[in-house]
Amino acid sequence: MHITTEQRHEKTLLSLQEERLDAHNSGELKEYLQRLLENGTHELIVDLSAVHFIDSSGLGALLSGYKNANLRQGSLILTGLQPRVQSMFELTRLHRVFDIYPDLEAALNHAKAGELA
Amino acid sequence: MNQTDIDLQIAVPPHTRYLSLIGNIAELLVHEIKEYAGDLDLLGYHLNLVLTEAMANVIQHAALSEQDNTLRVHIHIEGDQLCIRVYDQGAGFDLKEVQSPDFETLDECGRGIFVIRQLMDSVDYHKCADGNVLEMHRKLAPAGH
Repeated sequence: MHITTEQRHEKTLLSLQEERLDAHNSGELKEYLQRLLENGTHELIVDLSAVHFIDSSGLGALLSGYKNANLRQGSLILTGLQPRVQSMFELTRLHRVFDIYPDLEAALNHAKAGELA
Repeated sequence: MNQTDIDLQIAVPPHTRYLSLIGNIAELLVHEIKEYAGDLDLLGYHLNLVLTEAMANVIQHAALSEQDNTLRVHIHIEGDQLCIRVYDQGAGFDLKEVQSPDFETLDECGRGIFVIRQLMDSVDYHKCADGNVLEMHRKLAPAGH
């Protein structure tokens, strides 16, 4: 699993550099998110713009990170969903659970608003 | 079998690294369908997803026999009928007991069969000669309908 990370406005931006997120690599993503959160990184923006296919285990890994961040009074928000990926969130109703932003700018604006609140 | 019908049987080692390969084969395969009124790319994506979910389920939950340690998939398209079969040699499970996920409690697992049921017209799981088979059907809208 290839993931790049960078700091943006006190948030950590994770860009998944994988075309598919499925049962082959979702376990790795879940562990990666778990490690980040355990090490004190609690405000995450996950950029999925390179991901064109996601299965239920990929959703499960993101959901694990989402729940784990919330438990630590942090957040995990999503951006850059491709149409097929978006449709999978809608099929499983998870678009109602995650905060999903159409692009990185909108996600960062949300992040800044959160800091001011 | 008619000349335009499609029949493909694939056997791979039971490892998740083959999920994308089989899924991508299904996406390519649908373009061999001559008469289909719908969106072939969307159909191909749905088959990719259904196969990925079904195969991952076998790899993670169903044992494969030591004699035949392969994951077998059968895709059959005859006229407007599409059938996908995924075989396993595990203890099996009762498909009727697999409920839709509870959308309020955010369980990380348990959405695979739900996704398959949403994308296919019928899903059945039963015993076969050498184990069990998950059999999934979908009617394809013919051109002009």
